[in-house]
Amino acid sequence: MRWIWLDRILELEKAKRCVAIRNVTAAEDVLHDHFASSKTNTLGGYNGSATGCAPGSEHPAYLVMPNTLIIEGYAQTAGILTGHANGFREKVILAKIGKAVFTGLSATPGTTIRHTAEITHLDERGSSTSGVVELLDPADPGAEPKPLATIEMMFSHIDQNMQGLAFPEENFVFTDQFMDLIARSGV
Amino acid sequence: MSMSDEEIFEKIQEVLEDALGVDEDEVVPTARLGEDLGAESIDYLDISFRLEKAFGIKIGETEMFDQSVLSDAQYVQDGKVTEAGLAELRAKMPHADLDTFAQDPQVEKLGDVFTVDMVCKFVKSKLG
Repeated sequence: MRWIWLDRILELEKAKRCVAIRNVTAAEDVLHDHFASSKTNTLGGYNGSATGCAPGSEHPAYLVMPNTLIIEGYAQTAGILTGHANGFREKVILAKIGKAVFTGLSATPGTTIRHTAEITHLDERGSSTSGVVELLDPADPGAEPKPLATIEMMFSHIDQNMQGLAFPEENFVFTDQFMDLIARSGV
Repeated sequence: MSMSDEEIFEKIQEVLEDALGVDEDEVVPTARLGEDLGAESIDYLDISFRLEKAFGIKIGETEMFDQSVLSDAQYVQDGKVTEAGLAELRAKMPHADLDTFAQDPQVEKLGDVFTVDMVCKFVKSKLG
């Protein structure tokens, strides 16, 4: 993991569970580029609401966090959980997305994505995790989080599953960026 | 309480459906995990994890699918597994039916040995 797609870790229980959040902001280019403004944009409104744009008219960009990047956020959450279980000695690599089912809800600017990953299997070869991704709306702080996705993901300790390949000595997965995230999260 | 062969098969069927995203009717005893069900290398680890959970057993890294013989020069000649290599495979994977493979033991055909039936026999031996 050489880039950080999480803002803060809220909970980190060794070899069991990790909860992390990612705030969604309109300042990110990726939101503007995912469903860019277009005259041929036929998308509907946000989370079921109508945009009021007539078909064929110029639509503004549809600002939403791409599902692929929501999966990345979960991967980092579950990857940290797996790495932490062994004191970050192993190089933890995403091996398989067993399942990623999305509810269809949109993670729009101003909302917060919350990833909760739990380990279902852990041994010297790697881990299996399952978890939920939820949407929190600061405009409605008392509301229950809304489900965005359920995800199952496997991680491999690559030094234990080398199959004849050699990898660098240093742990290029858990770089200082990740250690800084954990440190500033205070978990 | 011991499980019947049918109960073992049904659980394995469920494991393979979940791990490989295949339909129940595709998971027949003769189906090859790679060629017929589309398993890739990481799927074998996933299958091991899921079998451990489903049956409450512990499976060693190369216990069920051991291909280490193929990377040992003394057991492979001209792209084929030698007699000594076949003996080693039989010793390491007693749950595998190697008779058909032994007739034309080309290295790339070893994957054909990894069938649903082989997984059933392996789990049965672990539970036994």
